[in-house]
Formats: sequence, structure tokens, C-alpha cells
Amino acid sequence: MEKLSQKRAPIYEALEEFRRNRVVPFDVPGHKHGRGNPELVGLLGERCVSIDVNSMKPLDNLCHPVSVIKEAEELAADAFGAAHAFLMVGGTTSAVQSMILSCCKKGDKIILPRNVHRSAINAMVLCGAKPVYVNPDVNRRLGISLGMKRADVQKAIEENPDAVAVFVNNPTYYGVCSDLRAIVEMAHANGMLVLVDEAHGTHFYFGKDLPVSAMAAGADLASVSMHKSGGSLTQSSFLLTGKNVNPGHIRQIINLTQTTSGSYLLLSSLDISRRNLALRGEEAFRAVTQLAAYAREEINAIGDYYAFGREIINGDSIYDFDPTKLSIHTLDIGLAGIEVYDILRDEYDIQIEFGDLGNILAYLSIGDRIREVERLVTALADLKRRYKKDKAGMLSQEYITPKVVMTPQDSFYADKESLPLQETRGRVCSEFVMCYPPGIPILAPGEEVTDEVLDYIVYAKEKGCSMTGPEDEKIERLNVLRGKQD
Amino acid sequence: MDLWFSDIHTDGVKLSIKIEEQLFSAQSDMQRIDVLESKDFGKILVVDGDLMLTERDEFIYHEMITHVPMAVHPDVKEVLVVGGGDGGVVRELIKYDTIEKIDVVEPDPLLVEVCRKYIPEIAGSLTDERVSIFNEDGLRFIRSKGDAYDLIIIDSPNPFGAGEGLFTKEFYGNCYNALHGDGIMINQNESPFYTEEAFQCQRMHKRILETFPICRVYQAHIPSYPSGHWLFGFASKKYHPLDDLDKVGWKLKGIKTKYYEPRLHAGVFALPAYVEALLEDVERG
Repeated sequence: MEKLSQKRAPIYEALEEFRRNRVVPFDVPGHKHGRGNPELVGLLGERCVSIDVNSMKPLDNLCHPVSVIKEAEELAADAFGAAHAFLMVGGTTSAVQSMILSCCKKGDKIILPRNVHRSAINAMVLCGAKPVYVNPDVNRRLGISLGMKRADVQKAIEENPDAVAVFVNNPTYYGVCSDLRAIVEMAHANGMLVLVDEAHGTHFYFGKDLPVSAMAAGADLASVSMHKSGGSLTQSSFLLTGKNVNPGHIRQIINLTQTTSGSYLLLSSLDISRRNLALRGEEAFRAVTQLAAYAREEINAIGDYYAFGREIINGDSIYDFDPTKLSIHTLDIGLAGIEVYDILRDEYDIQIEFGDLGNILAYLSIGDRIREVERLVTALADLKRRYKKDKAGMLSQEYITPKVVMTPQDSFYADKESLPLQETRGRVCSEFVMCYPPGIPILAPGEEVTDEVLDYIVYAKEKGCSMTGPEDEKIERLNVLRGKQD
Repeated sequence: MDLWFSDIHTDGVKLSIKIEEQLFSAQSDMQRIDVLESKDFGKILVVDGDLMLTERDEFIYHEMITHVPMAVHPDVKEVLVVGGGDGGVVRELIKYDTIEKIDVVEPDPLLVEVCRKYIPEIAGSLTDERVSIFNEDGLRFIRSKGDAYDLIIIDSPNPFGAGEGLFTKEFYGNCYNALHGDGIMINQNESPFYTEEAFQCQRMHKRILETFPICRVYQAHIPSYPSGHWLFGFASKKYHPLDDLDKVGWKLKGIKTKYYEPRLHAGVFALPAYVEALLEDVERG
């Protein structure tokens, strides 16, 4: 078959044709092009509901693509430089889970940094894999977790020659990249696969002068949040595979948990966004990089804020830095990042991606304009004028080295009891505790509750972080394994 | 020829004016600018399809946004006009000999150029030697200013679109910072009549209340603007808009106006009951 041009969008085109044919629907969804639900049409618009349709021959089937979805996958693979690309409709969460489920069986070891997204640990709850954590390096001034050092990965590989895979966050939420090429080399030399959570790295595949992408670095699997920097609808993602991976096996794994009624809104948004980035991505991301550089310069000119950039690169745990990221260290004005995050929303009508103890992250993308950046910078100037105080007593985020007692699966399914937070010290937790966003666990199932962890939870709650994970929604109690642990 | 320009006031209301001639039309980097000629309103400046000013009634807006604070503040020397590339506010300001410096921040140089050429009766004022024009974003300009002005006039068209940033708390906060200890800030505060604009009125009032200790709203009647009933905000660090009004002092200056009048000054702060209620709603918090 002749290679399709990146100007094509097969799913979108099939939907257009389907619409023109005015097909009478005697199939699901039951709203029947919106006629049965006028309020939904009022909310979403006629065009939108008219393409909310079911799988059928002309539109292909996500579980077993043979026509337009297959073509869309091939185009995506080509655009991303992958051997194969899967369209995902369960978010990057499902892509990350599929990566892990596809290579780990019960008891298999996987090497990963502890600052992974909860989806990675969730996958281990499902499959019974055993995490071997590499402590990410930490930047003490900023209080952020970085990438993994080469030597630490090498050590983990040497100590665990039976591990099946190395998992890498690349980039981290803050835009920090590990030395991916070196990690791939080390892992492959020891017969391990490399899985990359590239949720924040879609643009690496299209922009110029950006850090290396997972596929270019030779990784075996990568999860790409097209809906983050790529501009597709929320919940739509790509799972990419390298040349040594059997795509048929990956498809089977994806089908274990993915819906059989994949939304054509999500699928067509992936198709169109891929086309957009393939044709115009380089230019679009150059503009984002410039906007971020301008914002950093203006914010740093205010004083006391530190919008960090490529100067933090250290050749190892910050091997590279994503210049489209706008992270701002706020502790020097005497406010935690989460406090600045709340003030910006409540008083200035500005919604930031997230705030942690020492930083905020403003997400810039292909949809941003200079005028909104001016608002953000001006708001930060005004916020400093009104709120600046002494920074004594401000806690900086520290990476808390987890004490892993048992596998996530064993602890998640073990007999447990619910205890008030302060009585859980020394016990093994059976659930997650995290601030969302970013959704990186402070505690994961199978880890011991330590003083450090408790202090962190109490402080983060006090500063207004949205905590999620535990059964108890107020996070006053935690589920721990029954019986006293020694 | 039956050529009409319609200014859309709401989804269901528009004001249509018969047009004799389209004098100018161009797209700048920022916006589309048109100048139209009509019998009833004279020349009309239109930006992105929205009516900005008409030759016939612009004096009401420009006099009311300028002379109200000028009759209250006893010693205005340095003034900042944000927006106002049409020169209307500046034309009123240069009537005062005591003003030493007028900075005009107008992001779009084409707007200034077009106004100079097509409405020189208004924009001719911009050539006054006290005037400096900065083609910059208003937010960006104000960030670096502190303790620099006696009076800031925010002459920005509407809170939806390119000027949106000038209707925000961050902007008002930085204006506060840019004013001297006894400075005054005046903003056009939209119309209280239609639902969407009334909501914007409330929001602006709320944001300014949070920033300035003295905060009052006054009104004028501007036939070409939506509903014809327009509000302005008077925000001040020290001077009260009525208690500190110097009627005699202002009269003695001998400034000629067509709408503003010191006797009117007290009246414009007396608002219709429904407008009072609208503002009280946000004042209560």
C-alpha cells in the first residue's frame, strides 16, 4: 500500500463521509445524532453529537483496526518515528498501564523512579510486578525531583539483573529529562526493555531544539499525552512502540482494559491533531518556546520569583530541559506554590496547572497568546506586592525515600484496617496518597508510613493541596495492613 | 445606496446607522480598523466590528472620563492614559496648563495613525509636546511603574477581546502601585443595563474595591453606546469624588466643555436604584 500523506486524516475523513451519506442510525448511541437529547446538543453543538457514533465497517473498530483507524495508526507511527502507534481513549493512564502490563508478569521486577505517576504503580497492583525504585535526584533549592542519574540506573540494573524493564519519566512534570539515550543503551545491553512515560513530551517529536524523544532515543514503548501539548481532546493519547516490540501482543494487552466503544470524538481529535503537528508542529512549538522564554524573562525581572530554564541542566539528572515549560519557584516571596496557585485562581481568575510546596507550573501550549502571558506576569507582580512576606518556616519539598515493604499488589489486596493518620506511623500502607495534580504518590501501597511522610501530608493539607488517593476523602484516616508490623 | 453599519449590542439587540461612505478599512497586526462616515453620527471609528466612538457624541465620554477626576485632584501633573489611541482623552487633558506629562499606552500604532488622518479633530491633540505615545501592551507597561502618576485613565474599549487584560485585578493592582500616594484611577465601567455587561460592571467594581480604599461609580448618557447608559469608576487613594470636589477652583480655570459641568458633577454619582443594588451586591461581598 502506498504510504499516506501526513496531510490526510483518515478517521476524520471517514466521519465526514459518513455524515454526508446521512446514514439512518438503528445502532447505538441512543441519542441518535442528538435528537433524543436536545440539551446535550445545546451544550455540545450539532456537529459534535453527529459524529458521536459507534464502530462500524466504514469507521473501523478500535479493538481490531483494519481500515481507517489502521491508517490513522500508521500515519501516527510515521509522524512520531515509531514502528507502531496505538490510538488510546482511556488517557495516558491506560497507555502507561498497557506498557507495564505488556512486559511484567506477577513477580517480575521493573526498575523505575519513585516519582512516577500513579498509573504506573496502579499497573503493578494489577499485574503483581515488583518495583525496584531508583531515587530520583533532587534539586534542593527548588525542591523538585529530577531525573535518574546514569550511575543509579546502572547500579539498579547490576543489582537486579533479572529485572525485565526500566521505566523512565521523560520529561518530568517540570520538564526535566534524564539521559534517555544512555539509559536505553544500559537497559538493552542487559536485555531489559525501556518504557517511557512521555505524557509531557508530545512536542519533542515535532519541535526543533527540544530534548530527544523516546522513539528517537531507541526506547521500546512510550506513552504520549497527545491531549497535553498536542492539542487533542482530554483523555486521548498515543502508545508508541519501537521495532523490537510485537504490536499484536500490545494490542491484546490494551484490549484487556480499554473500552470496546472507543469515542470517535477522541479518535478523530487524535487524527486531526497528529495532522496539525506533522504539518505545522515545528512552527507552533517554536512559538511556544519563545513565549515561555519571554515569560521567564519578565517573571524573573519582577524579582523574588525564579522561573527556571535550561541553566539548571547538569549533564546527568537534568540531562536536558524542556524549554516550553514555565515553572516558577515562589518560596522567596514567602508563599508556597500551592498558595500562589490558589490566589491566582481565586483573586485573579488565572488557572495554573499545579502548585506544589515551592513552585507553580503554568502550562503553555499551542493555544497560548502573548496577552494571556502578560496577564500572568502582571498578576504575579501584583501578588508579590500584596502578599510578600518573610519566608521563614516555609517547607521546601523533599524527595521522601520510600520504604518498600511488599509489592503494591500484595499490600493492596491484603487484610487491612483503617486508622487515624497519626496512628499509622510504622505501619504498611495499602493505598495511595498524592497531591493532584501532579498525581505523583507520596505513599504507595506496600510502603511504610514514616514520620517524614506524615509531616509532609499534614503540611501539604494545611497549605491547601488537593490530596487524593485514600478511601477516606478527608485524608484523616489511612488504610494499613492489619496487625502490628515489625 | 442603502449601506448600514450595525453595532451588535447583545445577541438580540443592535444599533444600525446609515453609512454614507467607508473612509478606511484595514487589518493591523492586532485588529481590524474601519472609519465610516454617517449623516447622523458623523465619522465613526469601528474596531473589530465594534463601534468605538462617533464624532457626534464622543465628547460626552471623553469629558466625563477626564474632567471628573481633574476637578477633584488639586494638583495633577503626571497622567497615564491606557488605550486612548484616538486622542479623545488627551484632547481634554491638554486643556489643563498644570499637566506636565501625558503618557499614552496604545498597543496598536495603526490605530493612532488612522485616527490622526481621519479624525484629526480628536487625534490632533496627540501632537501636544507633553504627550508620549508608547505602542506597548498596557499590562506590560504598567508592571514596571511605581509611584509615577497622579491620574490614570483607563480608556479601553471592552472586556471581551484584546483589551481583556485591562479589566483585571492584576491590572488595577499594578495601577495602584503606579500611582502617587494621592493618585486617582478612572476606568470606563461598562453599561449596567444588559445582563452580560451588568455582570462585567459588577466584576470590575469588585476588583477595584479590593484594590482601592475609595471607590465610587458615576454615570453619563452616551447615545451610541449599548443602552445609552454608561458608567465610569472613580478609584482613589485619598481624594473623595464629592467631598474633595473644588467647583470654584475648576470654574476659575475657564475650561470649555459641552457636557461636564461642576453642578452636574454631584449629580452623576447619584445612581438609579437598580444600579445601586447591582453595585451593593458586590460591595457586600
